[in-house]
Amino acid sequence: MRIFDPHIHMTSRTTDDYEAMAAAGVRAVVEPAFWLGQPRTSVGSFIDYFDALVGWEPFRAQGFGVRHHCAIALNPKEANDPRCREVLDLIDRYLAKDRVVALGEVGYDSMTPPEDEAFARQLELAERHELPVLVHTPHRDKHAGTLRSLDVVRESGLPPGRVVLDHLNELTVAPVLESGSWAGFSIYPDTKMDERRMVAILREYGTERILVNSAADWGRSDPLKTRRTAEAMLAAGFDDSDVDRVLWQNPVEFYGQSGRLDLGEALEPAAASFQGSSVLRGEPGE
Amino acid sequence: MTAIATARDLEAVFLTDAPEQALAWLASARERVSRNRYELPSVFAGAGRACGRTPLIDGLRTDEIARVLILAWLSWRDPEPLMDLYRWGDADEKHAVLSALEHIELDGAAAVPIVEDALRTNDTRLIAAALGRYGAQHLPDPAYRHAILKCVFCGIPLDSVSGLPDRADAELARMLDDFVRERIAAGRSVPEDVWPILARFPSRSR
Ligand SMILES: [Zn+2]
Repeated sequence: MRIFDPHIHMTSRTTDDYEAMAAAGVRAVVEPAFWLGQPRTSVGSFIDYFDALVGWEPFRAQGFGVRHHCAIALNPKEANDPRCREVLDLIDRYLAKDRVVALGEVGYDSMTPPEDEAFARQLELAERHELPVLVHTPHRDKHAGTLRSLDVVRESGLPPGRVVLDHLNELTVAPVLESGSWAGFSIYPDTKMDERRMVAILREYGTERILVNSAADWGRSDPLKTRRTAEAMLAAGFDDSDVDRVLWQNPVEFYGQSGRLDLGEALEPAAASFQGSSVLRGEPGE
Repeated sequence: MTAIATARDLEAVFLTDAPEQALAWLASARERVSRNRYELPSVFAGAGRACGRTPLIDGLRTDEIARVLILAWLSWRDPEPLMDLYRWGDADEKHAVLSALEHIELDGAAAVPIVEDALRTNDTRLIAAALGRYGAQHLPDPAYRHAILKCVFCGIPLDSVSGLPDRADAELARMLDDFVRERIAAGRSVPEDVWPILARFPSRSR
């Protein structure tokens, strides 16, 4: 089984996680830029963070046979802090990098005017760099926030197929899929969405334009939730090709729109043995 | 040690072995930056997706060689834009800037700060690239010794770094000797490539 986690914050995870992910079949990840729990107080903090996303983190991942890419953006929460907003002038340079396969996470936190401005301005940058966009939908007032995000995407003129709205649930999936955008689901231990509900959504809406991620970060989360969802799909009667579609081909198709995915041998399903190491092969129980 | 002496050698390898699309990209990249030097950062950043990442020679890939060839082709009377490329580069760009240092004309030790920066990282490719001919020529003795020790520590083969025949000395041998003792005490293996240096500078206490 090959897995591409399209949204995971590896900066906050340990090498044990990388090892377990590789053993579970995770061969590629996208790490979107987000906030770090502790609010940043200066642009310099963003720069060091972005540098790690295009420097140290891919190096760390590579040691475990995991292909690491990232998305760069000013997140909606910190878009409200005038000390952080200036980073918008510097994002352009990062969006040109080879391993930056999307702009994100952008979107809404509390739906304030500064968030409106940062969101719209960054969608213009995505257009200029021909990048897909990862939109974080708010935890509070999610339904209204999702609809408003769809409006902003529509007004931006970006092709809806180049945008994913993430952290969706049963109540927000329909309008997103109807708009032509991609629907992302973050499978968490006890909030947002779990694997059983995810399988029910896949039954109802099919596997097209659906992304499943662990969104694992510094909070209570589990980097193996992609694998657990795959297992739940199989247990519910989906076959191997459905699982491959949702957990590999869909993220490859979505981020592949950047023209920058570097999957090397991970691209070939036959290349199951990575660098001759069985621990990276994705067999369970190793 | 590299088989590539000059940027001209590197270009010959590139012209022979790089795919068509990489050749076309290098030509257009040079044209763009010579028309407008301010385009260098964005051109430089996109080499990977444009050229692919096939290893060609000395562990250098198509994208990295293309980057080195762009830098070697420009003049650097003012090293600041080069420092800027390194400062804002991703790991591959930083690697390419470090690899290019021995192929471009620079004012003396102007680029030593970025060599030192790379030696502070834990990225083994950056550390190895920092110890090319430029680093070997310009690093002060203590920094050079510590860099070699760091290579041994991180498993970077010493035959991939420059300058050892000239710069190895008794103090480096002492540091390596301590390292060997530490490894043996821990029951761990000792990298083979420390022995020739220890043999060159035998110490009375050993
Ligand atoms: Zn996230």
